[in-house]
Amino acid sequence: MTSKFISATLLAAALALGGAQAMTQPNAVTIKNFSFGQPISVTAGSTVTWRNSDGEPHTVVSVDGLFRSAALDTGETFSFKFTKQGTFKYVCTIHPRMVSTVTVK
Amino acid sequence: MTTSDFTSRRGALKCLAYGGAGTLFTLSGGILLASDVAQAATKQMAADVGMPLFVQISDSHIGFNKEANPDVAGTFKQCIALVNAMPQQPALILHTGDITQLSKPEQFDTAAQLMSGFKVSEIHTTPGEHDVADAGGGKEYFSRFGKPSNNKGYYSFDSHGVHFVSLINVLDFKAGGLGILGPDQLAWLKNDLNGRSSSQPIVVFAHMPLWTIYEPWGWGTGDADQAFAMLRRFGSVTVLNGHIHQIVSKVEGNITFHTARATCFPQPAAGVGPGPGPLTVPANVLPTMLGIRTVSYKPHPTMMALSDKSLA
Repeated sequence: MTSKFISATLLAAALALGGAQAMTQPNAVTIKNFSFGQPISVTAGSTVTWRNSDGEPHTVVSVDGLFRSAALDTGETFSFKFTKQGTFKYVCTIHPRMVSTVTVK
Repeated sequence: MTTSDFTSRRGALKCLAYGGAGTLFTLSGGILLASDVAQAATKQMAADVGMPLFVQISDSHIGFNKEANPDVAGTFKQCIALVNAMPQQPALILHTGDITQLSKPEQFDTAAQLMSGFKVSEIHTTPGEHDVADAGGGKEYFSRFGKPSNNKGYYSFDSHGVHFVSLINVLDFKAGGLGILGPDQLAWLKNDLNGRSSSQPIVVFAHMPLWTIYEPWGWGTGDADQAFAMLRRFGSVTVLNGHIHQIVSKVEGNITFHTARATCFPQPAAGVGPGPGPLTVPANVLPTMLGIRTVSYKPHPTMMALSDKSLA
């Protein structure tokens, strides 16, 4: 699937759902196959939600101490509201090779 | 295996390559020897390897309930029963971490209740990354097991002339990297070993492997070399880890490294599959991949003998 197609699909979804609901969509991170996926970018004031879709537990822990989840079992979520601008690196402390970032604009 | 195999380092390493249940590793003056467990079962050999000083158990993951083992409490109990059935009880027990699956209070409580089933009352622990994964970053673990280390995670003690060093390498991960000991712990270790006779046997235990087994999965400790620079002068250093749920061993001079089986479920060999998660095996195979390790000790000449026993 091309990124153009994904963008088109998201745009269609945004139009269908209405702006407010669609805004929440990019703020969701699915943890799968020992990966946080692509880094995400959100606007200040956004709440980001991580969902663990692996059979193995993961954590979401900010490197600079801004946020720290408990261990997330399969299907569990963690949310954090970003108020400051910047790029925030985070790691799974159970599998520290798993690293990603949230950029807040 | 023939008797001549025992006499050479190559022979010993060959035995190591067999990797397991049927082989007894004996460390004598820093040189690893190996023999068949069947032979070791004879009275003569039993006398030769000394007294069972301690048992290592690891990775109980209490609270895990998925396909790879829906009853981790049950297999943990079976491992405890194996220890309790030993004709001569060890002086102490080491749990090398991942006591719980998710660091939840009820999981620690269940684990503590199960461990109270050991006949042996002296139990030492070091946490795994699963034990410090609460939102408090280890609050649950340290509130229960933090006393010996004054909540730092590293401590030492002596038993029967052997110096035991418990290290922690599951806090303060560098993002993307391996486990880490950190400068404070390394400074403490230097002080702890300072002035100690090089002839005193040392047992070092920590959760994650203290040597790099497989970096892409974080199976190693980034600054462990600094610890081994301090330990190299000792004549007998036995390093025991958990974390990878399988036995891997290595010899380096007078230092021998051994990871242990888990009591919960196996993990894939390094690099097989997307990551180091639970490995589901047929129900009749599972007990052959879980177990305990007994370490026997004889002071003169210094000898540490490792014996791994699986549940089936």
